[in-house]
Amino acid sequence: MTNQEALVNYCLRLADNNLILGHRLSELSGKGPFLEEDIATTNIALDLIGQASSLLQYAAEVEGKGRTEDDLAFLRGEREFYNTLLAEQENKDFAVTIARQFLTDAFDYFFYDELKKSADARLAALAEKSHKEITYHLRHTSKWMERLGEGTEESHRRIQDAVDNLWRFTGELFEMNEVDEILLKEKIAVDLNVVKIQWDKLVAEVFANSGISIPENVFMQRGSREGKHTEKLGYLLAEMQHLHRAFPGVQW
Amino acid sequence: MDQIKLEENFQAKLDRNEMIEPKDWMPENYRKHLIRQISQHAHSEIIGMLPEGNWITRAPSMRRKIVLLAKVQDEAGHGLYLYSAAESMGISRDELLDQLHTGKAKYSSIFNYPTLTWSDIGAVGWLVDGAAIMNQVMLQRTSYGPYARAMVRICKEESFHQRQGFEIMQVLAKGTPEQKAMAQDSLNRWWWPSLMMFGPADDNSPNSANALKWKIKRESNDQLRQRFVNQTVPQVEYLGLTVPDKDLKWNEEKKGYDFGEVNWEEFYNVIKGNGPCNKERLSAKVQSHKDGAWVREAANAYAAKKNKVAAA
Repeated sequence: MTNQEALVNYCLRLADNNLILGHRLSELSGKGPFLEEDIATTNIALDLIGQASSLLQYAAEVEGKGRTEDDLAFLRGEREFYNTLLAEQENKDFAVTIARQFLTDAFDYFFYDELKKSADARLAALAEKSHKEITYHLRHTSKWMERLGEGTEESHRRIQDAVDNLWRFTGELFEMNEVDEILLKEKIAVDLNVVKIQWDKLVAEVFANSGISIPENVFMQRGSREGKHTEKLGYLLAEMQHLHRAFPGVQW
Repeated sequence: MDQIKLEENFQAKLDRNEMIEPKDWMPENYRKHLIRQISQHAHSEIIGMLPEGNWITRAPSMRRKIVLLAKVQDEAGHGLYLYSAAESMGISRDELLDQLHTGKAKYSSIFNYPTLTWSDIGAVGWLVDGAAIMNQVMLQRTSYGPYARAMVRICKEESFHQRQGFEIMQVLAKGTPEQKAMAQDSLNRWWWPSLMMFGPADDNSPNSANALKWKIKRESNDQLRQRFVNQTVPQVEYLGLTVPDKDLKWNEEKKGYDFGEVNWEEFYNVIKGNGPCNKERLSAKVQSHKDGAWVREAANAYAAKKNKVAAA
């Protein structure tokens, strides 16, 4: 693998996380539990899809094969997406949406803080902007973890269930492969072992404040780094890509 | 002061084009009329999120996806300002939502039509927001202060929405034959419902007389409808599309277009609840409100616990 290929893959990984999670949140537009939360959810979706757009543009440039951000978003198949399994999980109920978002925000918060120091100036600049946005997202979702954990019996049960169900997808967040190895040498990538220590600490704190227990002895699912996903992703892409694919090569 | 004197003062104030503010005296019917109108307007913004939201996950490019998402978020924001304006007249958000969910309150009938293809998103932005702006520009000078001020903010965003809708249509109309056909089909389906958005003809509009007297409205339904047609026909021509009205003709004498009769039977049918999506729109809102009940309860219970701790 060349350095260039590694960088393209790294950008896709980050872009796809944002795009797919943003897509999941965008499914909730108009369906929030109350209007203010509807606006907040859409806002986070917008930030994520905006970040995805910048990252896809950069991936396309680095790749240098004349593909555009839209080609990358709408014309890749299931096995060519590198978002985490966590990002693609369905909304189910508000507790699942919040738990999925909180676990991701906690990761992104530390990840993008580190990425600000990247030797790749473009990624460092993107990280600067993203980190500001994620700081708000994390504040929002940490508060909700606490409200749901400490709210009513029902909300406590739902948020604990959501955490229990999603926990199996958190292991691969920290997985590093050849891409990371190459880019770590170039001081472009983030050392995910560093992020893991901070993530563990924050998640433990927020869970403790919320009366949520950390699931134990959970077998961790993996595969997204090689483009192996859960069955959910195919349906998401079918919906997202169908119109673009139905009219090949036209302008929108 | 007696009732008659109060009413005279109120009308005099309106005639001097002064704004009415929440703490000012106002006739009960004025308050009722405005609560009805502002809440209908708020509900329309909220229900209006659904037909457009229908295409967020399928928008055909990254840019279109971001713009549409931002637009739908704006509508939610408009709903929020408008609910606040209605609340300033002494009705709670819960009461307002209850009126919506039980079908007691109305919302703009246009949103009971389905968005079947991507170009419908263009047509909704261009025609539906375009028609809404005609009304809303006038409402920036409406007599109730909080409503007028909400409209100033809303108008700024709506004109951006209309431009994005027109731009979608422009790309499609200049695109492949299939894309152009898609655009024409959307125009065919949305043209007449857009004209209906201005409400019944003046000689058949029960709420109009008071609304004009109280300076809530400053122009009649038919005046606004005529202005919309005059403004929009050249845009249709620019796009190279055809208005689906065989009676449409320039009238040199009135310097405006003559156009065919709106199908009022369809209009009243949709108001009565028989539009293609009335049931879907309302049940989607009722369902998400129901699904969110435990979330709202949790947030309230948590806030109560925190207050207790703070008080102790």
